Amino acid sequence: MTGAQIIFLMVAAFTLLSAVMVVTTRNLVHAALWLVSTLFGVAVVYALLNANFIAVVQVVVYIGAIAILFIFAVMLTRKDMRDSGPQINKNWWAGALVAMLTFAGLAFLLSGWSGFSKTAAELPAGFDSISLLGESLVSPEAYVLPFEVASVLLLAALVGAVYVAFNPSKK
Amino acid sequence: MVPLSWYLLLAAALFGIGLFGVLVRRNAIAVLLGIELMLNAVNINLVSFWRYSDVLTSMSGQVFSIIVFAVAAAEVSVGLALVISVYRRRNTVIADELDMLKW
Repeated sequence: MTGAQIIFLMVAAFTLLSAVMVVTTRNLVHAALWLVSTLFGVAVVYALLNANFIAVVQVVVYIGAIAILFIFAVMLTRKDMRDSGPQINKNWWAGALVAMLTFAGLAFLLSGWSGFSKTAAELPAGFDSISLLGESLVSPEAYVLPFEVASVLLLAALVGAVYVAFNPSKK
Repeated sequence: MVPLSWYLLLAAALFGIGLFGVLVRRNAIAVLLGIELMLNAVNINLVSFWRYSDVLTSMSGQVFSIIVFAVAAAEVSVGLALVISVYRRRNTVIADELDMLKW
């Protein structure tokens, strides 16, 4: 077992353990903080995959914006600062079964695929994935149209969020 | 070197955990946390397929994952705005108690 594999296994165990804590912790603020740790583990996975820009975006956008938004929402919607009553519904065994079957089905489908145990080619010397990514995001032959559509989607979603959360009874 | 299968199995496990969270949690915000886990699992798949493809100069995998980031941000902002709006009207965020459409 090589060093890269040991590092991957440690990161994967950390990520999956944090993810299990996200879905099982009773306290929602703690669940949101475990989500931060899961997202950080995923960022390390991106770094292991040589996707440096995606790793930084993961930290800045997911941890910096989305997870903090979750913590705000948790604090805005709690009657008192503790959680009463059960946090999971009474059909939790069916949910666990569906989740297990999904994982088993995905693993079974993937194991029948010919590229399943493929290994990565070495990155060529001087390979600059960030400039390639920037060029493909703004080049008309590549992905400029989906990029612009995504920005319109973000704008529409933010205007919609302001409208939905706006309270007309309070001036 | 780590084979592709390890990343794919990690993503499948993360997706399963997120699906479990979406299906069993009673709090609407916790359901959204599960959806975030599932989106992250998809992103791990996209980036690992880019890294393990034969054409590294084709950036489709990373571009797709950036668009998934944008969609996730849009989804979470609208979702949390809905949760706050529902909390203001019904004074609860427990999904079981929001049963006006059930007869």
